[in-house]
Amino acid sequence: MTLSRGARWLLRGAMAVGLAFVYVPLAIVLINSFNADRTFAWPPPRWTTDWWLRAWENAGAREALWTSTKAGLGATAVALLLGTLVAFAVQRYRFFGRDAVSLLVVLPIALPGIVTGIALDTAFRSLIEPLGVGKGLFSVIVGHATFCVVVVYNNVLARLRRLGGNLEEASADLGADTFQTFRYVTFPLLRSALFAGGLLAFALSFDEIIVTTFTAGPGVQTLPIWIFNNLFRPNQAPVINVVAAVLIVLSIVPIYLAQRVSDTAAGGRL
Amino acid sequence: MTALSTLDRPAGEDSIPARGPVRRLSSWLHRHRGARLAGLLSAPLLWLLVAYLGSLAVLFVSALWTVNSFTGDLVREPTFANFRTILTEAVYRTVTLRSLGVAAAVTVIDVLIALPMAFFMAKVASPRSRRLLVIAILTPLWASYLVKAYAWRVMLANGGPVDWLFGGAGNGPGYGLVATVLVLSYLWLPYMILPIYAGLERLPDSLLEASADLGARGGRTVRSVVLPMIVPSVIAGSIFTFSLSLGDYITVQIVGGKTQLIGNLVYANIGAANNLPFSAALATIPVLIMVGYLVAVRRSGALEEL
Repeated sequence: MTLSRGARWLLRGAMAVGLAFVYVPLAIVLINSFNADRTFAWPPPRWTTDWWLRAWENAGAREALWTSTKAGLGATAVALLLGTLVAFAVQRYRFFGRDAVSLLVVLPIALPGIVTGIALDTAFRSLIEPLGVGKGLFSVIVGHATFCVVVVYNNVLARLRRLGGNLEEASADLGADTFQTFRYVTFPLLRSALFAGGLLAFALSFDEIIVTTFTAGPGVQTLPIWIFNNLFRPNQAPVINVVAAVLIVLSIVPIYLAQRVSDTAAGGRL
Repeated sequence: MTALSTLDRPAGEDSIPARGPVRRLSSWLHRHRGARLAGLLSAPLLWLLVAYLGSLAVLFVSALWTVNSFTGDLVREPTFANFRTILTEAVYRTVTLRSLGVAAAVTVIDVLIALPMAFFMAKVASPRSRRLLVIAILTPLWASYLVKAYAWRVMLANGGPVDWLFGGAGNGPGYGLVATVLVLSYLWLPYMILPIYAGLERLPDSLLEASADLGARGGRTVRSVVLPMIVPSVIAGSIFTFSLSLGDYITVQIVGGKTQLIGNLVYANIGAANNLPFSAALATIPVLIMVGYLVAVRRSGALEEL
């Protein structure tokens, strides 16, 4: 597009300001984790790495990290299975209620998290708990999987749309049965989309706090819940700073992985 | 493994078609389209209908219950008492309107920030820097929600970096409604940039060139060609920014000061007040708003952009 020099510079400026807006707060957290002062004095008067050691030894944070990982893996596994199945049904078939099905998949993220959370909580309290099954890690996984299905669905659907069906038809013409075609043709073509979708699902689950608050049993503390519970305790502030800094640094990992396997720079669709 | 043993191997699933039960099932599936479809749909539909829509149904039913104010027990008799309270008491109207205002403000702010950034990424930057910019926008998306909200708590603290920028303690916005809108805009910005970027990337350059050939200047092209083409993307982004803002109560607790949004009321009634039915009734407000919004934008093609 033919843009004037001025317009180009304006856009470049907007981009720079936008990126600064995105990154300055994250940088502040990183810097603050080395702040020797317990309060938020700015600029930091003294520096230290003590908090990093203290955070490393914090049992609560470690246990919460492990709980989050288990919940994330469980939710991702369910989402990968269900999301792939729906994506195949919606992309390969025309059936009554197809639009309703795709809307149903989107609904759990289109509705506010608190609605999903309180709905699952109410259902658990009035239907499942009377049967003697309390809330625990299982209910967290159910809640997370419900809104993670959509990211797998979106990724697989986008890939299936692009692939078309020619290769599978060729495979069938050459004598492969449905399962062989899936195993040797379709699955390898889908693998990176599944990886991207799974990665996103895991990240969504790992980060989720609102649905978790409502679905977690009393003993279940995921990392976000642990952070939130400790956020307003003044003597925990330095440890929170470090955990936050670690999570910021770790956010590079999924981006790197997605870059390695996926052809889309985005590493998948939301 | 020697070549001989490979040849000796009996006809396996890898190479030569076997006549086992798998093969029969496969050809049966091939002939029965309905069975294939049912096989694909049954598990996910069971999950989404039972676990999700079922829960929503229980939520709506329990919104019609009440709590005995003496014993705290659930009274499972349908009544519209909760909805009557919500409709008649001014505080709920105020909080609903405030939540709507916050969600709308966040959406507008994000569109205004995202449009030039996405446009620069898709149409001005070189392919190489385009890729880097997408990564730069995506990376914070993976950083924890709480960490980002917390980062702003540090930024906006009394005497913190924002105050410092404005020339001293107490000069910045501090914690409150303004901070809430600011932080929510920050949190959901990537959700707006990415769909708009994807929409612009699909917009062919030849269209923009044609517009220029027909005599349109940059501004006119943006107004008459670019903006109409990316409306579905903007709406797709707005579903996220709007819905996520509408349901949020965590950010409000972190930087909102005394501000209350619908999410806080729902949370307070389920927690401290232990009035689940009233929470359920309150939660129907964002559901109605979002369903209304989804129905309104259904025909724009935005739902395919999510």
